[in-house]
Amino acid sequence: MAEQTLPLNAGPVTDSGRVPTVVVDDVHVIYRIHKGATGGTSPVTALKRIVSRSKAPNIREVHAVKGVSFTAYEGEAIGLIGSNGSGKSTLLRAIAGLLPPARGAVYTQGQPSLLGVNAALLNDLSGERNVVLGCLAMGMHPDEVKRIAPEIIEFSGINERGDFASLPMRTYSSGMGARLRFAISSAKKHDVLLIDEALATGDRKFRARSEQRVRELRDSAGTVFLVSHSIGSIRDTCERTIWLESGVLKMDGPTKEVCDAYENQK
Amino acid sequence: MANTAVADPESGLTRAQLAQRYGLRVAGERPSLGEYARRLWAYRHFMTAYSRAKVASSLSNTQLGQLWQVLTPLTNAAVYFLIFGVILAQHRNVDNFIAYLCTGVFIFMFTQTAASNGTSAITGNLGLIRALQFPRAALPITVTLVQLQQLLMSMVVLAAIVLFTGEPITFRWLLLPLMLLLQTIFNVGLSMVMARLGSKVTDLKQIMPFVMRTWLYASGVLYPVALLREHLPGWAASILEWNPPLVFIELARYALLDSHQANLVSSPMRLWALGLFWAVVMGVGGFVYFWRGEKEYGRG
Repeated sequence: MAEQTLPLNAGPVTDSGRVPTVVVDDVHVIYRIHKGATGGTSPVTALKRIVSRSKAPNIREVHAVKGVSFTAYEGEAIGLIGSNGSGKSTLLRAIAGLLPPARGAVYTQGQPSLLGVNAALLNDLSGERNVVLGCLAMGMHPDEVKRIAPEIIEFSGINERGDFASLPMRTYSSGMGARLRFAISSAKKHDVLLIDEALATGDRKFRARSEQRVRELRDSAGTVFLVSHSIGSIRDTCERTIWLESGVLKMDGPTKEVCDAYENQK
Repeated sequence: MANTAVADPESGLTRAQLAQRYGLRVAGERPSLGEYARRLWAYRHFMTAYSRAKVASSLSNTQLGQLWQVLTPLTNAAVYFLIFGVILAQHRNVDNFIAYLCTGVFIFMFTQTAASNGTSAITGNLGLIRALQFPRAALPITVTLVQLQQLLMSMVVLAAIVLFTGEPITFRWLLLPLMLLLQTIFNVGLSMVMARLGSKVTDLKQIMPFVMRTWLYASGVLYPVALLREHLPGWAASILEWNPPLVFIELARYALLDSHQANLVSSPMRLWALGLFWAVVMGVGGFVYFWRGEKEYGRG
C-alpha cells in the first residue's frame, strides 16, 4: 500500500507517485497593519518617538503564519479549520500569491484563484458595470465578459426584486452585495481554487445555489481549499483537513480525525 | 508494496525539489520584465474600463456631475488669473496672458494629479490587490488614464480660450497630440515611481502638496520664465530649462500660441529633444522601478 500518513511540518518528503499541485514549504507570513489613531498621538509624543528612534506606534507587524509546511495533491479537497485569527485566510492569500511570504516559499501549479466575498468593487457604479469590471480584473476577454455577464446577474439573484443591476452598488443591502461578489468571482474556471468563507453568503436559497456552484467548481478544479467555520460543510466537502492554531499547523490528516480532535478540544 | 527508501528512488526529496520535479512555480513570483509587459498588455481592457468607471463614479454624487470636468479647469484658471493677471499684473510682461496662463495651468495639472494620485495608487487599492492577481502596474496606469480623459476635456476648453483670445489656427496645432503623447508616457512613469514610493513611505502623501506647489512655481506656469531667470544664478537657470513640466508646457505653447513664439524658453528643437528624453527616461525607468517591487505590494 502507498503510505497514507501525510507528513507533518519539516523533514524530507516521500514521493508517493501522486501529482502535487500546491507545495507549502516552511512559510512565514508577516504583514503590517496601520492601527490608525490610538492613544498617545499628540505632536509631542510623535516628536519624542522620532528623537528616541523608537518604532511608529501605529504600525504593528503581525506574524500571522509561522512556519507551515504541507503538500496538496491533484484531486484533493482540503479543509482549513481553526479559531478566529489563526491565520487561515492569510495562508490562503499566501498560496494565491497575494501576500508574499517573509520566509519559506509556496509552489503552485498554474495560478491559484482566491474565491472570497470581499473582492473590492466600486460602490458608486451600477451592479452591471461592477460585473464587467470584476470579470476583466480576473483576466477575461471582453467578448467573454459580454456573453457571461447576464448569467452572473441571473445567478446572483439581485434582480429578483426589481431592476437592481442598473443601480449603484452602494444602494444594495449587504447580503445583495455579497451575493453579487460571489457570483462574479465564481464565474471563472480555476486550476487551484481557494474558497474563503464564501459559502456563508446570503439567504438560505442562495446558500444552496452557491454550494452547488462550489461543487461544480471543485469537479473542474485540480485542488480545492476551503476555509470555513462550519465544520459541517468541511465534513461534507473535504476528505483532508488542516488545523491551524495561532499560525502554527496543529494537525493534518483525514477530515474525520482532525475534525473530531478539533471539536473535542472545545 | 515497497515502502522503503531503497525501493523508492524519489524518497528523501526536499519540498523545493519535489516542486521542481513537477514543474510547480513559486506563487506570486515576479515575472521577467518582458513577460510582465506582455501580461500588462493583456489587461488593457481592464485598465480602460476601470479608468472610465472611475471617471464616471468620481463625480456621480455631485449635482452638476460631469460638467465639473469642464468647470474645474476653468475655475482654476480664473483664480490664477485673478491673482497673477489682475492683482500682480503679470499680463504686462506677456502677450495674451490668459491663453499663456491657461495652457500652463492645464498642462501642469495633468502631471501634478498623475503624481499625487499615483502616490495612493497602491495604498488606496489594497483591497483589490489582496483579492485578485493581476499586474499591479495596471493601477498607476489607470490613474494616468483617468487624468488623461480629464485633460482631453481641458484641451477642448483650452482650444476655445486660445481662439477666443485671438490666436490663429496654425499647422503647429497638429503637434499638440505628439506633445501630449510624450507627456502621458512621462506621467505614467512618474505615477509608477510615486506608487512604489507611496506604498513604502506613507508620509509621502502629506508632503506631496508642498512638493507640487514648489514645482508649480518652478515651471513657469503663472508668470514668464524670464522673471525667474532674472532672480536666479546662472547654474540654477540652466537646470530650470530641464524641468520636465516646463518643457511640456513650453511645447504646448509652441504648438498653440502664435504670440509666444519669440519668448520660448529654448529653441523648439531643443524642447522636443528634452521632451523625448524625459518621456523615455521616466517611462522606462518608472516601469522597471515599479516592476522590481511587484512582489511586495500586497504586504501593505
